[in-house]
Amino acid sequence: MINNHNRLTIHEAHRLLKAKQLSSVELTKACLERIRRVEPKVHALVTITDELALRQAQKADELIAAGDTNPLTGIPVLIKDNICTKGIPTTCSSKMLENFVPPYDATVVERLNNCGAVVLGKANMDEFAMGSSTENSALFTTHNPWDLSRVPGGSSGGSATAVAAGEIIYALGSDTGGSIRQPAGFCSVTGLKPTYSRVSRYGLVAFASSLDQIGPLTQDVTDCALVLNAIADYDSRDSTSVPYPTPDYTQCLSTNLKGLRIGVPKEYFVEGMQTEVETAIRTAINKLEELGARAEWEVSLPHTPYALAVYYIIAPSEASANLARYDGVKYGFSYLDADSMWEAMEKTRQYGFGAEVKRRIMLGTYALSAGYYDAYYLKAQKVRTLIRQEFDQAFDKFDALVTPTSPTVPFKIGEKIDDPLQMYLSDVCTLPINIAGLPAISIPAGFADGLPIGMQIIGKPFAEETILKIAYAYEQATEWHKRKPKI
Amino acid sequence: MKLSREEVLHIALLARLGLTETEVNRLSEQLSNILENFEVLQQVDTSNIPPTAQSIPLQNVVKEDKVTPCLSQSQILANAPRKDGNFFRVKAVLE
Repeated sequence: MINNHNRLTIHEAHRLLKAKQLSSVELTKACLERIRRVEPKVHALVTITDELALRQAQKADELIAAGDTNPLTGIPVLIKDNICTKGIPTTCSSKMLENFVPPYDATVVERLNNCGAVVLGKANMDEFAMGSSTENSALFTTHNPWDLSRVPGGSSGGSATAVAAGEIIYALGSDTGGSIRQPAGFCSVTGLKPTYSRVSRYGLVAFASSLDQIGPLTQDVTDCALVLNAIADYDSRDSTSVPYPTPDYTQCLSTNLKGLRIGVPKEYFVEGMQTEVETAIRTAINKLEELGARAEWEVSLPHTPYALAVYYIIAPSEASANLARYDGVKYGFSYLDADSMWEAMEKTRQYGFGAEVKRRIMLGTYALSAGYYDAYYLKAQKVRTLIRQEFDQAFDKFDALVTPTSPTVPFKIGEKIDDPLQMYLSDVCTLPINIAGLPAISIPAGFADGLPIGMQIIGKPFAEETILKIAYAYEQATEWHKRKPKI
Repeated sequence: MKLSREEVLHIALLARLGLTETEVNRLSEQLSNILENFEVLQQVDTSNIPPTAQSIPLQNVVKEDKVTPCLSQSQILANAPRKDGNFFRVKAVLE
């Protein structure tokens, strides 16, 4: 029997579960059935944990019968494959970690498990989260459910695709330079990158430690707030975790934007931007004005054009240091036929890492090496200061900034894979936000020839409530988020 | 600026990253291209601007020096490519 339970949002499913009109086992089976049907087309999942999920679902049904009312109890979730799951392989879509089974859960996974969540599997990604299309996955490429010949974005492309294709109710991703928001935009789902340090990074495989942040990919803004409620909190195991109280993020959701001041930074409407994207975002901002917000259209953040260079110095530098741990000794792939220790290490890394990861290790090592440190790494860190200051000044005048999530709609598989710089440019609107450590959300804001367009709403540090409110008001006034790909 | 073959090999050595001849040539070209694009940063006046390493208002976070539960030796060794009793097994460091 075919039902559409797999298309329920978290809050819809929760209502039915609580009213005993649906069981978590039924909901989980609906997702598994959908996975069986569409996974051969989209390739979003690295691991499917069906047995574990059905056990967790059964347990959740018992909890609900006993009166458990947590909004995430019994709801299936997919975890990006760079977030550690105890006893479940965590590959980072890399040959290096193909057989790695973490001995512990990431804090976010622990928190979801405590809510009675049903973990259905692990999502494909660009290797070590380095990329914008999932084409850098060493396992396989994920296909965009809106057009299978196109990329779903990256690096959390598996998470975004699975949510868009109805394989899962919601997913977790990670975002270092746009890796939640860009695929959310490309797949027409909702994706939030919280403020740096709002969500614990303990158990997230490190890429660039001053930029990485975990966040939800969901079917609507209410779900996004519900997941953030579950995962955001202080964690003593992450030394960058900030001990601020966590509000109930659903309390801020309202459809009245009266009194809110929105800035539209002109530098984000970049050269080479697709006309349909620009038109869609301008129309969406008009809608925000109708809802009561006051928009100023000609805001300038003049250091924006330098963000790409700053990012591609800082992120690879941190990555080259973080990835030094893959030496073939403690875990992961190991080249065993070497004659010496150094050869073993070099060959382990040669065969274990893919092309983009090697490129970034080389770039980062160069930027940090003697004689170049001041010209590249230190210079980038200083311009990082200017970028953050510019945002701080803008937020003296505005409650939020609104931009496109990406300059184009999803591109073709293969189109940019041989040109690293072109690939890097697809994150030009999302990178500055990580550099400044701000929260930002991408929500569906239209289509061009059937291909999704995302709108990015950027907030002050720890002002997730403001951007969720704006996103919610827009969503309730539009129908984009209800459109689903026909596959 | 153009990154020479020798420079690429030097960086690869620092990173302990083995590369094939094809990779050396490709990286020499690609990295040169990328680094050239980074030159734009030289246009920015950063005199008297302090560097930013991270974006949060925290400094020198310390923990109480207290014993807490941790992973067992067998859990830590479970993913080891080669082990010997309770140890990781590696190639000889000193010949």
